[in-house]
Amino acid sequence: MSVTILTLIILVGSYLAGLLGSLTGLGGGVVIIPLLTILLGVNIQYAIGASLISVIATSSGSAAAYVKEGITNIRLGMFLEIATTAGAMVGALIAVYIPTNFIAVLFGVILILSAVMSLKKKAEHIHQQKSILAEKLKLNGSFPTPAGEVAYSVRNVGGGFFMMLFAGVISGLLGIGSGALKVLAMDGIMRIPFKVSTTTSNFMIGVTAAASAVVYLQRGYIDPGLSMPVAIGVLLGALSGSKILVHTSSSGWLRVVFAVVVTFLASQMIYKGITGTI
Amino acid sequence: MNKFKDTDMQAVIGWILRAGVLVSMSVIFIGGIIYLYRHGQTHVDYSKFVGVPDFVSNPGGIIQGIFTLRGRAIIQAGIVLLIATPVIRVIFSAIGFIMEKDFMYTAITMLVLFIILASMMSGHAG
Repeated sequence: MSVTILTLIILVGSYLAGLLGSLTGLGGGVVIIPLLTILLGVNIQYAIGASLISVIATSSGSAAAYVKEGITNIRLGMFLEIATTAGAMVGALIAVYIPTNFIAVLFGVILILSAVMSLKKKAEHIHQQKSILAEKLKLNGSFPTPAGEVAYSVRNVGGGFFMMLFAGVISGLLGIGSGALKVLAMDGIMRIPFKVSTTTSNFMIGVTAAASAVVYLQRGYIDPGLSMPVAIGVLLGALSGSKILVHTSSSGWLRVVFAVVVTFLASQMIYKGITGTI
Repeated sequence: MNKFKDTDMQAVIGWILRAGVLVSMSVIFIGGIIYLYRHGQTHVDYSKFVGVPDFVSNPGGIIQGIFTLRGRAIIQAGIVLLIATPVIRVIFSAIGFIMEKDFMYTAITMLVLFIILASMMSGHAG
C-alpha cells in the first residue's frame, strides 16, 4: 500500500477510535491497536508504539481542561504516579522478552474487562471515614458540584497503590492508557467519587505513558510514518467526542454497541494470539 | 511568593499541557505534510518489525533531518516534544510544591521524575 492511502485510512480509523473512545470513556488506545493489527496487518510492536503516542496526546489535551476546573486531585495523582511510572517502566522493559502472541491474548482480556467496566453503572459515592495514611499524605480533597464544594476522603491507600502498580505494568506492556484499571483502583478500591477518579486517572495517563514511551522510542517501536496519522486522528476524534458529550445526556445505547464491537475485536485478538497469526 | 496556591498550580499545569500538545501536534502535522509530499507514492509495509529508519533513531540524526527538511525527522521531533509534555508538567509540579513549601510532595514529585529518568537510561542500555 502507498504511504498516502495508508495514511488516509489510518487517519479516518483513528478519528473514529478517538471519537468512540472519548464518548464511552474507554480511551482511544484500546481500539486503535486491534484496528491496526487485525484490519491493517500492522505488526503489534509498531501498533503499541503508535497507540502510546496517541494516548499521551489525548490525555494531556483533556487533562488540561479538567485541571483548570479543579476536579482533578493533583496530590493524589502525583502520589499514585510513583506506582504507575514504576510499573510502566517495568512493563516496557519486560515487553521485549514476552512473545507477541501472549501480548495479543493479554490485550484481548484487558479489552473485554474495559468494555464490561464501561457498561457498569456509575454510582457517585462520597465517604467521610478517616484513613490515617490518607490524612498523612494529604490525599483527601474536595471537588466542585452544582450544589457547591463537596469534600471526600480516601480509603485503602495501600490497596489502591498496589493496583496502580499493576495498571502501570499493563500500560507499559500494551501501550494503552489503562484508564479502566486506574478508575477501578480509585473508584473501586480507594472509594473516591467517580468524577474525581476519572479526571485524576486521565491526569496520570500522560505521565505513565511517557515513562514507557522513553523506552519504546529507543527500541524503535515508535515509527514516525505510522504514529503521525494515529496521533492526529485520535486527538481530533477525542476533541469531537468531548464536544458531543456536552450536548447529549444519554449515551447508553452507544456504550452497548461499542462494548459489543470491542468484545468482538478482543476475541479476534485472543484467537489470533492463540493460533499465532498476529 | 508565599501566596502561591493549589489553584495557581492548576492554572500553570493546565497551560503547560495545552501548549505542549498544541506545539508538538503542529510539528507532527507539518512533518506529516512534508513526508506525504516526498514519499506519498512510496510503498510501505509494517507487517514485520524492523525498528525505525536509522536517521530517526538517534537525536543527531533527527536534528540533521530537520535541517534537511526530512518529514519523518520532523514528525519524530514532534513526538519527542509530545512525550516531554507530561514530564515538563511533573517538573513544574515540583517547582509548585517547593513554592508552597510542601516538602513531602516535592520529594514525591522528584521520585516520579527519577523513575522516568531511570526508565530513559534503561531503555538506552537495552
